[in-house]
Amino acid sequence: MRSEAGVLISGQVPLRVRLAQRGLDGVTLLVLPAVLFIVGLFIYPFVYGLVLSFEPKEGGWLANYAKFFADPYLYTTIGKTLWLAVPVTVLNVLVSIPIALRVRLMRRQRLLTTILVVPITLGTVLVAEGLLNYLGPRGWLNRVILTIGFSDSPVRLIHNYWGVFMSLVITGFPFTFLLTLSYITGIDPSLEQAGAMLGARARQRFREIMLPLLFPGLVITFCLSFVQAFSVFPSAVLLGAPAGDTRVISIAAYQAAFEDYDYSMASAIAMIMAFVQVLIVAALLGLQNAFYRGPAGGGKG
Amino acid sequence: MIRYTSLGAKLWATAVWVIVGFFVLNLLAMIATVVVNSFATRWLGTWLPAAFTTRWYASAWDEFQLLDVLIVTMEVVGAVVLLSGLLGVPAAYAMARREFPGKQLVMLLILLPLLVPPITFGIPLATVLYKAGAAGTIWGVILANLVPTVPFVILIMIPFIQQIDPRVEAAARVFGAGTLRMFIHVLVPLLAPGILAALLLVLVRTIAMFELTFLTAGPTSQTLVVALYYAVFAAGVRAGQSIDAMAVVYMVTTLLWLLIALRFVNPTQIVTRAKREAH
Repeated sequence: MRSEAGVLISGQVPLRVRLAQRGLDGVTLLVLPAVLFIVGLFIYPFVYGLVLSFEPKEGGWLANYAKFFADPYLYTTIGKTLWLAVPVTVLNVLVSIPIALRVRLMRRQRLLTTILVVPITLGTVLVAEGLLNYLGPRGWLNRVILTIGFSDSPVRLIHNYWGVFMSLVITGFPFTFLLTLSYITGIDPSLEQAGAMLGARARQRFREIMLPLLFPGLVITFCLSFVQAFSVFPSAVLLGAPAGDTRVISIAAYQAAFEDYDYSMASAIAMIMAFVQVLIVAALLGLQNAFYRGPAGGGKG
Repeated sequence: MIRYTSLGAKLWATAVWVIVGFFVLNLLAMIATVVVNSFATRWLGTWLPAAFTTRWYASAWDEFQLLDVLIVTMEVVGAVVLLSGLLGVPAAYAMARREFPGKQLVMLLILLPLLVPPITFGIPLATVLYKAGAAGTIWGVILANLVPTVPFVILIMIPFIQQIDPRVEAAARVFGAGTLRMFIHVLVPLLAPGILAALLLVLVRTIAMFELTFLTAGPTSQTLVVALYYAVFAAGVRAGQSIDAMAVVYMVTTLLWLLIALRFVNPTQIVTRAKREAH
C-alpha cells in the first residue's frame, strides 16, 4: 500500500490500489456487516418511527404531538420523569465524587467495585422485587425503623415516588460511581502532589486542581446517568404508582404501543422521549463549553 | 502519597466510609430478603420466618415453567453471544487497522446504540419487528438484543486488536495467508482473551437485558428476566415466596456468569468501555 504508491503515482493507477491508498480494501470491508446491521436495526427503525409518528390514526400529520401536549395524562409524564431523574442523578453524582476521591487511594478497590457491579448486573427488575420485600411494611428496613422508635407505624416506602427513587439510587449510584472513579484514576496523581507540596490545602487542591481536570468527565457521567434514569421503566411500574406519581414517559409510550395498539402514537412518544434526552444532554454540553475552557484530558488519561 | 492526618480530614474520611457502608449494607440486606423469603414457610411481621422449606423452588419450577424459560434464555443468550462475536470482531479489526473516509461517522454509528437507552429505541424497533412478523418469535428477541451487543463487542475489541503487533499479520500475509486464514490461524488465537472477555460481558448483559426482550418477546420467547417481571407484575396471583424462588434462580444464573466474567475483566470495564472510546 505504501511502497507501490510511489511507483504507480504517475502511470495508470488501478482502482483497487487507489482505493487501498484511501484505506479501502478487503480488510475495511469487514466493517460492513456490522454497519449494515446497525443501520438496519437501529437507524432504520428510528427513521421509520419518526415518519410513523407523523402518520396518526386520525387527524393531520401533527395530530399525535398535538394530542400529547393537550392531554395532561400524557404531557405531565415529562415533568414526572424529570422530577425523578434529575434529583437522583444530582444525588448520585454529588455522592460519587468524594467517595471516588477516597477509593482512588485504596489499594484493594476490587472488592468494593465487585460488590457495586452486582446491582448493575442484576438489573432493575430484580432490584424492584428485592426492594418490594425490603422496603415493604413488613420488611427489614421498617422493622429497624420501628425498633429504633423513629416512627410508631411502618413508613410507606413502596408504591410511591420514594420506591422508584431508591431503586434508581441502588442501580444508578454504582454506575455513576464507577464512571467517576475511572475518570478520577485517569488524573495524574503527581499534579495533586505538586499542589500539596506548594502548600495547597485539601479543599484548595480539590477546587483548583482536581475539579477543573475532572469537570469534563463529570459532565459526561452526568449525561449518561441522567439518560439511564430518564428511561426508567420496570421499577416505575413495579415499585411506583404507575397511574399516579411515577407515571413516567416510558410507561405512556409502552401503553400506547401494547395496550392501545397505536404504534403511531407510541412512536411519537418515543420521539418526544428521545428529544427531551437530547435537549438536556446538549444543554449540559453547551454549558460546559460556555463555562469551562482548558485542556480536556487530565495528564495521563 | 498524600497523607490525611488532621481531625477534619479523618472525620471526612469516616463520613465517606459510613455512606459506602450504609449503601452496601442496604444492598446486601435487599438481596438477603429475597433469598430468605424464598426459603420461608410464613414470614409475617417478624425478623425471620417461622420455619424454612425448599418446596417453593419445586412449585416455582412448575408454576412458571422455569425449564422452558431457562431453555429459551440459553438459546437467546447463546445466539446473541455467537452472532455479536461474528459481526463485532471483524468490524473491530477493520476499525483498529484502517483509516478510511467516513470512519468518524461509522464510530458514531457504533456509539449511538450504546448511548440511547433501550426503551427509547426499543419501541420503534419493536414496531418494525412486528410489521416484519419477527416480533414474538425467538428470532425477534435475538435481533433486538444484538442491537446494543454488536457495538459493545466492537468497542471492547478495538483496543485489544490495536495492541497486537501488525508485523505478526504482515508475516502471515507474506507466507500467503488470506484474510480468512489469517483470522483463524493468527488473530483469533492471539485475541482469544479479549474475545472471551467481550463475549462473557455480552452474555451477562443479555441475561439481564429486560427492556428489549420485554418489548419483542411473545409468550413462548420470554427470557428469565421477562418472566420474572410478569410474575412480580401479577403479584398476588402466586405466593410471594414462589416469585422469590424464581428471583433466586435468576440471581444465581446471572451472578454465576458475572463471577466467571470477573476472572477475565475488571469490574469497572462493565461500565466504562463505552465511554473510553467516546472521545
